[in-house]
Amino acid sequence: MKSMSSEKLFPETWVDRYSDYLYNYTIVRVNDHEVTQDIISETFLAGLKSRVHFKGEASERTWLTSILKHKIIDHYRKNNSRKGKAEVRMSYSNEDSEGDWLEERVSDPFDKTAEDSMINEELGLAILDCLDKLGGKHAAIFKMKTIDGFDTEAICKEFNITPSNLWVILHRARKSMVDCLEVNWY
Amino acid sequence: MGIFLKCEEANHNCDKAQYKEITFWENVKLQIHLIMCNACRKYTANNNKLSKTIKNAKLVGLPKEQKEKMKELIQKEISK
Repeated sequence: MKSMSSEKLFPETWVDRYSDYLYNYTIVRVNDHEVTQDIISETFLAGLKSRVHFKGEASERTWLTSILKHKIIDHYRKNNSRKGKAEVRMSYSNEDSEGDWLEERVSDPFDKTAEDSMINEELGLAILDCLDKLGGKHAAIFKMKTIDGFDTEAICKEFNITPSNLWVILHRARKSMVDCLEVNWY
Repeated sequence: MGIFLKCEEANHNCDKAQYKEITFWENVKLQIHLIMCNACRKYTANNNKLSKTIKNAKLVGLPKEQKEKMKELIQKEISK
């Protein structure tokens, strides 16, 4: 059973497949580049440590995101106590009552009121999701050109392809990105 | 290469336009094609929308060195 569940996880691919997704998810909540990187590293490590518990009910990314959420909450807690706030330490009677405290509801980092950034964020995550579905070389090249803004020459060098190869790949990538995102547009 | 493009060429020009790598004449030819071709108009509209969407989302990628560091971290942990 144990080996069954870990077969569904591919930690070697985590960084390539999910780090940008997790980064964009975190940066809007934490608003600090360094802290965000630390949180993502911690998330990957925590994922590795608890990978035997992965049941394969959720997708790999969903599972990592749920770990990430806990890490972000930890960060908020740490931040709050660093401010020297008078704090009464109490632990929950059981796991389920987590989040019952009024304080936590007030400072819920996931409760964003700025609708604009919320829409942007959803959009951004949707794009990254589609990129992941696209997968492999096509996604990597599309990302480099469109999101990171590298020029044609640099990308051709990196992937050892001709400019006309590049444009064919970009064309296919753009088409499938349009198809994938269309769900979110209308 | 006359002034009339095939759809394939028009779409290629449209792709180039998304990265502002289209020349003046390529753009003229594209626009002429678009007047006549419904399918390419649709492709262009979607393509423009995609560019705009990505721009609006203000995505940031993690720097490459950071990714390498994280990969090492994971490798180290796996081989433990």
